[in-house]
Amino acid sequence: MDFSLTAEQVQFRDEVRGWLRANVPPDWGSRPLFGPDSPVELHSFLRDWQRRLFGAGFLGLTWPKEYGGRDLSYMEELIFNEEMAEAKAPPILNLLGIYLAGPTIIAYGTDAQKQRLLSKILSGEEIWCQGYSEPNAGSDLASLQTRAVLDGDHSVVNRQKVWTSLAHVADWIMLLARTDPKAPRHQGITYFLVDMHSSGITVRPLRQLTGDAEFNEIFFDNVRVPAASILGGVGNGWQVGLTTLMYERMALGFGLQIRLRMALDHLIALARRNGGAAARNPIIRQKLAQLWIETEAFKYTGYRAITKLLRGELPGAEGSTGKIFWSETHQRLQALAMEIEGPYAQLTTGSRWAIEGGLWQHLFLRSLGNTIEGGTTEIQRNIVGERVLGLPKD
Amino acid sequence: MDFGFSPEQEMLRETARKFLAEESRSAFVREMMDSTAGITPELWQKMAELGWLGLIYPEEYGGAGGSFVDLTVILEEMGRVVFPGPYFSTLLLGGLAILEGGDGTQKKAWLPRIATGEARVTLAWTEPNGRWDAEGMTLTAKRDRDAFVLTGTKLFVPDAHTADALVVAARTGNGPEAGVSLFLLPRESPGVTVMLLPTMDHTRKLCEVTFSVTRVPADALLGEAGRGWRILQRVIDRATVGLCAEMCGGAQKVLEICTEYAKVRQAFGKPIGTYQAVKHKCADMLLLTENAKSITYYAAWAVSEDVPEDSLAASMAKAYASDAYRKVAQDGIQIHGGIGFTWDHDLHLYFKRAKSSEVTFGDANYHRERVAQLIHL
Ligand SMILES: Cc1cc2nc3c(=O)[nH]c(=O)nc-3n(C[C@H](O)[C@H](O)[C@H](O)COP(=O)(O)OP(=O)(O)OC[C@H]3O[C@@H](n4cnc5c(N)ncnc54)[C@H](O)[C@@H]3O)c2cc1C
Repeated sequence: MDFSLTAEQVQFRDEVRGWLRANVPPDWGSRPLFGPDSPVELHSFLRDWQRRLFGAGFLGLTWPKEYGGRDLSYMEELIFNEEMAEAKAPPILNLLGIYLAGPTIIAYGTDAQKQRLLSKILSGEEIWCQGYSEPNAGSDLASLQTRAVLDGDHSVVNRQKVWTSLAHVADWIMLLARTDPKAPRHQGITYFLVDMHSSGITVRPLRQLTGDAEFNEIFFDNVRVPAASILGGVGNGWQVGLTTLMYERMALGFGLQIRLRMALDHLIALARRNGGAAARNPIIRQKLAQLWIETEAFKYTGYRAITKLLRGELPGAEGSTGKIFWSETHQRLQALAMEIEGPYAQLTTGSRWAIEGGLWQHLFLRSLGNTIEGGTTEIQRNIVGERVLGLPKD
Repeated sequence: MDFGFSPEQEMLRETARKFLAEESRSAFVREMMDSTAGITPELWQKMAELGWLGLIYPEEYGGAGGSFVDLTVILEEMGRVVFPGPYFSTLLLGGLAILEGGDGTQKKAWLPRIATGEARVTLAWTEPNGRWDAEGMTLTAKRDRDAFVLTGTKLFVPDAHTADALVVAARTGNGPEAGVSLFLLPRESPGVTVMLLPTMDHTRKLCEVTFSVTRVPADALLGEAGRGWRILQRVIDRATVGLCAEMCGGAQKVLEICTEYAKVRQAFGKPIGTYQAVKHKCADMLLLTENAKSITYYAAWAVSEDVPEDSLAASMAKAYASDAYRKVAQDGIQIHGGIGFTWDHDLHLYFKRAKSSEVTFGDANYHRERVAQLIHL
């Protein structure tokens, strides 16, 4: 066991740290990430931020050099994420592109797809979204009904996706569609990389219970998609789609632990307000300490998983529960913020009495989605029970 | 960064698992539960030959010079089989106190004999008041010319009835921490009475030890007078991490027993593991067990490397593992239904060990408050 960094890693960390110190906009921390603030302005700001991160060489660290990456290890990826969080840097807009679409394209893409798509993912020129869920296919994803009919050198896509985060700003979509309705459920699906600017695509923002519209519904009306946009072969979409989900779970290990820790530091500061009555309350102290311990446990479980990757071993059981644990711990953290605020928990943005401008209320409500997005915790527990522990399927 | 065990440690784990599976089967554990000693001389000797009894002592004291992390590897494996007997108390309490606080003479007198299996030692620390803090230390050691006179009662002392020597925490002065001193004395000293207590966890033998005017020479002091609390803290932090390692091993084994059972036991025409009420319990057992391991391994590293936050790491591990092991063991019984409630099934051995471990060195509530203080909340 050894938690030290190599000389090169220390150098890399200092490089990231120095760059962030010089480049994170000083007023960024006070900028509202939510609420009535114009999302258009926010998105153009975030696009520009990503372009600069890319220019500095910090994106796609583990990607091959030929696609604009740096061929570094997951250790550098971890260091980068920790430094970003530590510096309270603005988030990366094209997260889904960098951590989901990109690795899947690297794994399954043709040379032409890699040349066309990868570097623009990193530079932020093209933003990606993930078109899996449908009105009648969420947890039971394999029952999806979005139809793609192969027609010469094109496919024609019809029907609907829903809950698609970022679709309103995205340039591309990872789209799962059924190409063979007669084949067994899992075999009739194909994975497409579709230009969101194609004609026949309509995006309608959906208002979430927070009041924001982060996610959307997408309608496909005879959208013609070139054959070259199929990823991993016709009828192989389930396999490719699972690969994306695997990368999604892996990406969790990097940024989330330190963000949880920062949220907790922020919560402790909240408990210390007004003479710190909350921080002295023995019950609140127990809950805060428990969150501290859980945050540390989450971090070290992540470190164990990363160690496996660095040693070139397959991810083991220790990485499988991260999504469940993170989402439930984060919800407990946000619920504790409400508990600490007492009656003030009711006040939101716009009230001069609202604590920290109603930030916590927004975070609390947003956290309710954590156990739904990316596969519900019920489905995650099924996956852990069946794939990790080998229990029988229903 | 490499947060995993070395190939040598993995080998040690494999050896330990094989050895314990062979030597500490359920029938043996149950025999030891009914016995007074809690271990056989033959098995103790075999452990000495494997180098386990002197694992972390420097070579000059007949030890193997292993690290604390090495020791936790063995302890985790012992937890898997609810290993009975005085290994824990000898290595992590009495032995560690001598290693941490003893002078050259004391170390030379005891450590090599512990390593060869000739001697066992334990730590008499807690009292009938059940407190973990320095103020709870009321047994007095009064100076009387070139001697000290010990008077008082120690409770929850593991394996005192089979120990050759005791390390006793006593009050030599005022000031909660500054008044605590440690003494190393033969258990056969005059005025020492040991009484074995009936315990819920029969694999752990606990004693009441009374000292009625026990006179010990001044050189029985372990470390300087009034400096005992610091030594004790270090010993208890390390023993706590060792206990957490055992708890992780126990939780892992319960999880394995349950997943196997959930695959074969049928109800309503299907294996019970098909039902989510059972499947999700198993998934949660895995989550709790893996997190307990992560934070325990980190704590093992922290005490092994003597980093400044070692006490914090120990308390985090103990708080987490205490709740996790109890929940895993209890859910394990639930998943087994009626058979899980029987004496013959091993699950209650794990549950009772989880319970005794939970309260030993302070439960989760105690350690959460300690974490709160250590992070300056
Ligand atoms: C904030 C947010 C962002 C999202 N972003 C995206 C995105 O970008 N792209 C995308 O494709 N999707 C996205 N989703 C959709 C998300 O993946 C789905 O909502 C989720 O998979 C659940 O599907 P569903 O909504 O159809 O619910 P259902 O599948 O109808 O589930 C309803 C309830 O039944 C439970 N349930 C269902 N099946 C089982 C079972 N077998 N065992 C036990 N319980 C079961 C579920 O756990 C849930 O509690 C997002 C969702 C949210 C909340």
